[in-house]
Amino acid sequence: MGILQQIIFAILAIGSFYFVSKKVKEIYQNIMMGQKETITSDNAFRLKKTLLVAFGQQKMFKRPIAALLHLVIYVSFVITQIELLEIIIDGFLGTHRILYFSLLKGNFLGDLYTFVVSSIEILSLLTFFVTIAFLWRRNMLKLPRFTKSELLGWPRKDANLILIFEIMLIFFIFCMNTGDKALQLIDPEKHHETGNFVLSTLLAPSLATLPEMFVHFIERLGWWGHIIMVFVFLNYLPYSKHLHVVLAFPNVYFSRPEPAGHITNMAHIQKEVASMFNPDAVQEETNEETPMIFGAKDVHELSWKSLLEAYTCTECGRCTAMCPANLTGKKLSPRKIMMDTRDRMEDLAKGRREHGPDFKDNKLLLGDYITKEELRACTTCNACVEECPVNISPLGIIVELRRNLIMEQSDSPNEWNNMFSNLENNQAPWQFSPQDRLNWVSELNG
Amino acid sequence: MSDYKVPVMAELAAEGKAPEVLFWVGCAGSFDQRAQSVTMAFVKILNNLNIDFAVLGPEEACSGDPARRAGNEFVFQMLAQQNIATLNMYNVKKIVTACPHCFNTLKNEYPELGGNYEVVHHSTFLQQLINDGKLKVEGGEFKGKKITFHDSCYLGRANDIYEAPRAILEKLDAELVEMKKCKTKGLCCGAGGAQMFKEDEPGNLRINEERTNQALEVQPDFIAVACPFCNTMMTDGVKGKDKQDSIKVFDLAEFVAKANKY
Ligand code: SF4
Ligand code: SF4
Repeated sequence: MGILQQIIFAILAIGSFYFVSKKVKEIYQNIMMGQKETITSDNAFRLKKTLLVAFGQQKMFKRPIAALLHLVIYVSFVITQIELLEIIIDGFLGTHRILYFSLLKGNFLGDLYTFVVSSIEILSLLTFFVTIAFLWRRNMLKLPRFTKSELLGWPRKDANLILIFEIMLIFFIFCMNTGDKALQLIDPEKHHETGNFVLSTLLAPSLATLPEMFVHFIERLGWWGHIIMVFVFLNYLPYSKHLHVVLAFPNVYFSRPEPAGHITNMAHIQKEVASMFNPDAVQEETNEETPMIFGAKDVHELSWKSLLEAYTCTECGRCTAMCPANLTGKKLSPRKIMMDTRDRMEDLAKGRREHGPDFKDNKLLLGDYITKEELRACTTCNACVEECPVNISPLGIIVELRRNLIMEQSDSPNEWNNMFSNLENNQAPWQFSPQDRLNWVSELNG
Repeated sequence: MSDYKVPVMAELAAEGKAPEVLFWVGCAGSFDQRAQSVTMAFVKILNNLNIDFAVLGPEEACSGDPARRAGNEFVFQMLAQQNIATLNMYNVKKIVTACPHCFNTLKNEYPELGGNYEVVHHSTFLQQLINDGKLKVEGGEFKGKKITFHDSCYLGRANDIYEAPRAILEKLDAELVEMKKCKTKGLCCGAGGAQMFKEDEPGNLRINEERTNQALEVQPDFIAVACPFCNTMMTDGVKGKDKQDSIKVFDLAEFVAKANKY
């Protein structure tokens, strides 16, 4: 590889890492806009969840066919990183297949290299078919979870775009490997052997019948195409639902350990009510300021974990497909809750970066992005939480927004207001006296 | 006239006695007519097995589940702290309840407010009695009949209890059929999250109608439930289909009590 190529590579690599790291920092700051929440799990729990749910894709297998197809892309993505590593070293050093040549050739590691690259080829071919299947599923098959209104516009383009990236990447991998092998066939003196990979070795002889210059061009096209696609993908990720390929891991690692039925306690209200019951009780000295907020009306009032979840959401719609409210035609869609939260977070953060931390745009997550009609349709059934392959809780956000509606805005359906006053006055959601709680006993013995 | 005993905590305490287990009746179990029969069925079982239990009666307050889930943390905290004060005053160790919502709140949400008890749902409680050989269940009128069990969200997904209710129903010598959506995939009845206490939001269908359709698909003779709110919802759903004569909705405790002719 010439020095010119080396320089171009270095500029592209450094530039793309610079931009992506800037964006990563922004995303981190956006998530940290959220409220403090201590995830009370221990390391064993976290590790187990990460291994099973994130690495092991455990929850994907509730839908075995989709899971298998997704697994092909996932494994192929992971294993291709090895070849990518080599491309990056080669790019900086101007070498060619450095892993094979200088490190591995001649010992058993050389065979391992051939094996790994062969696996990449086979998985790439499989991924090619899966990608076609996914494009077809998304655009031709009218699967309900892929045709909901919240996917119109960008989300749909995003999904298709990434699949097209995928196909291009695979194309370039084959150009690169086949070109390489064909060059070795044409002139073994000049182009040293770099291992025989299972598919490119099959394809190379036909390519080798073409002029050497053209074959060389194909090889370079593959190499450069591959690495440029990687840089593009890297910089595209932060704007895409495909951020989940990275964030699924921390998000699952920080899974909340409580049973799904548990709803977070509001410590400041607990204290206030406790002092109402017992005014003389010595108030514990707390250095920690618990903010007196009542649920959330905007993203910065949600927990950082909910914001991380919003960035992690894959927009797969498994939650919405199982949501009883959505299934019966209500407006609520738990996927939309996650997408709205992410959109609002981006909007608010952008404003804050441009106009300072006091930025206001007269918009709120509650009302302008998510309506109360959606919130009020939730039965807190946890179907969305159960379904989510990356342990997201749309319900957590719904509860916080509901809290704000009721406690800060006193916006409650009349029937609920009646229920609240019954609960306050006679400790039951209906208008019965506590003295009548045992009325059934007379019937029992009647 | 039979003579079932329903000891009340305050009276026992006055005599210096403490029961082994507190039966938490819940608001539905106390006031809702349909749920009252479940309460009575469960008390009959407790009496027949000579289980040392008591109820709180007028001292029991709503667990706070609907208030918290609607978003009213103040009302939840008031109810919860009042209940915890009562339960701690009587030094309660173990609680059984036939309501998955009370079960979930008492078990998962009271501990961080200072209420630590062993809380079991009546499905687990009955299963335990069966396993210990204390409770014998014969098929009785349910022998050979088709029963489908509707999972409650607050038992199943919320607390991972899927097997206990089925284990009880299996003792009835009946044919247990599963709906297409069951266990982790079970569809909500529509009552949770304080929906029980308000009109549905606009949509095509009520959730309980959808769930009833799913239940009817397997053509059961009985729909089994383990929650007073599911009970209401499924009963209404079956009525809406005008099937109330051919399909009965019963709680687990009712199945056991009826099968044993208590
Ligand atoms: S918890 Fe709410 S949002 Fe989630 S599936 Fe159930 S009804 Fe839908
Ligand atoms: S919340 Fe989970 S299940 Fe729902 S769309 Fe996002 S990733 Fe999929």
